[in-house]
Amino acid sequence: MLAIPVVFLVTLMVFSLMHMLPGDPATVILGQEATPEAVAALRAELGLNKPLPVQYFDWLSGVLHGNLGNSLVDHTPVAQLIMERLPATIELTLGTFIVATLIAVPAGILSAVRPRSLTDYSGTLFALCGMSVPHFWLGMMLIILFAVKLGWVPASGYVPFFDDPLGNLSAMILPIIATGLRESAVLMRMMRSSLLEALQADYIRTAYAKGLKERLVILRHALKNALVPVVTTSGLVVAGLLGGLVITESIFSIPGFGKLIVDSIFNRDFVTVQGAVLVSALLIVLINLLVDILHFIIDPRIKSGKEVG
Amino acid sequence: MSRTAADSVPTPDQTQTRRESQWEDFFRRFARNKLAVAGAVIFVFLILTAVFAPWISTHDPIYDQDYSAILQSPGHNHLLGTDDLGRDTFSRLVYGARLSLEAAVVSVGIALVIGVPIGLVCGYFRGFWDEWIVMRIVDAMQAFPSLILALAMAAVLGGGFGNAIIAIGIGFIPSFVRITRSQVMSVTNQEFVQAARAVGANDWRIMFLHVLPNSLAPILVQTTLAMASAIIAEAGLSYLGLGAKPEEPSWGSMLNVAQGYLTIDPLLAFWPGLAIFLVVLGFNLLGDGIREVLDPKLDR
Repeated sequence: MLAIPVVFLVTLMVFSLMHMLPGDPATVILGQEATPEAVAALRAELGLNKPLPVQYFDWLSGVLHGNLGNSLVDHTPVAQLIMERLPATIELTLGTFIVATLIAVPAGILSAVRPRSLTDYSGTLFALCGMSVPHFWLGMMLIILFAVKLGWVPASGYVPFFDDPLGNLSAMILPIIATGLRESAVLMRMMRSSLLEALQADYIRTAYAKGLKERLVILRHALKNALVPVVTTSGLVVAGLLGGLVITESIFSIPGFGKLIVDSIFNRDFVTVQGAVLVSALLIVLINLLVDILHFIIDPRIKSGKEVG
Repeated sequence: MSRTAADSVPTPDQTQTRRESQWEDFFRRFARNKLAVAGAVIFVFLILTAVFAPWISTHDPIYDQDYSAILQSPGHNHLLGTDDLGRDTFSRLVYGARLSLEAAVVSVGIALVIGVPIGLVCGYFRGFWDEWIVMRIVDAMQAFPSLILALAMAAVLGGGFGNAIIAIGIGFIPSFVRITRSQVMSVTNQEFVQAARAVGANDWRIMFLHVLPNSLAPILVQTTLAMASAIIAEAGLSYLGLGAKPEEPSWGSMLNVAQGYLTIDPLLAFWPGLAIFLVVLGFNLLGDGIREVLDPKLDR
């Protein structure tokens, strides 16, 4: 329900972006050397001659019909450009999320069940370092080690998965590890603290008192309740990746959604920037909505309005 | 100036004594937290490096170019080697501390100055404007991935270090509004605020003298953690070429230059990244430490 005004405000903000350009947007886009005819043509193409509210509703109507405008560089529809770039970003996001979860969940559980042990301290240190390391630098260090020194994988480039699955995996493994390690640190901390809290609950003491084995108590009772905040954090991680991958894609020359934004900024292609920023924000609203739905599925108490915890 | 009865809720002496003992308690617990102290040491080291950069550096970070000594390994004349224009890497790293500190302080400062008063007023008064206007704008702003928002704003405002940190700061505003608002909402319900109201203190006095000082703990933690994010974001934007110019000794722009020489001189990329990592680690340790000190339940 609250997503509707948010989406409306998002469209308003993205629309305003173009109008925040200092001076006449057409002149800013084309540069000071542009002829008055070229500026007038671009103004007409972008509808800048109309009153601002009319411009907004024209643009919004186009967006609702899937028309995000045409690139100022080669006049390709922006929606088509985004659709071409999304698969690489989605693959990178999924890969990162899988790597992050595979590291974070077991590490978080081990840390939580043995608090203040060597395992716990090692996990905490890993998480702190993982959260502090700039993933673009980690990406460079991985390139130096695995691509330059050892020559195991290519330093950069991208092959679509269905064209060459092995080539695709060898090109994607470094960027996935570079971003996955960082995100695993965030998830691991949440897994640890959430499971620690769950393990102190009365029902866990009851489960132990019934004589259940530790493994069963943790996996069947505590973990399920500890997952709610982890799912929320996972949603935030996936949403954050849309922004974080901008730099990863640039380092590894992956033609993804983030690189489209960066390239468009340098090409002064503000129509593409506008469309891509809108899509990124709408994707995040969608991810947040999916996380809410997942909460209902994992924890029925949320559906019935009872307090969690 | 005459004092109203509201000033004595609780009595100034009692408040003063309570605050002093709270601060003493805070510092005592902080000093016992080794990781937090390590974070504070890194933070102080960053400040000292930034302040004394002209005395610590051995060369001018921009103008001392030696084309006969490009991409040199660490050695006698150049502690950490040289870059593609023969500039001293150590000196550029030292001056980079200034830009990183500036990015952290200014961008988080912007977010604090705008976000905290909005959160304070919204959390205290609540109502239609808070629920349906301000918080929905905050939601909408948080729908944008932070780096993409910063990129888009840097694109609109134009590249450059100054615009990059303004863009980063604007991106932080929603989180400060949200944190301040939720903390203010919980503090406003406490008895001492109701007592202040009962003796006739006006809303603005209650907000700034009673509610805000008691809401500062989570804002302080968020400030420290946001500074860590700001340093990474500035480095990221500069790496992409939308922050500091390549000649400026920003750690991000140093990484941008180093990317072209990964096969020839890997160390050129190693040092600025290590500096970012250590400083961000320091801020994260400090933030975590302050949080643990303020909320002992977390320390288990």
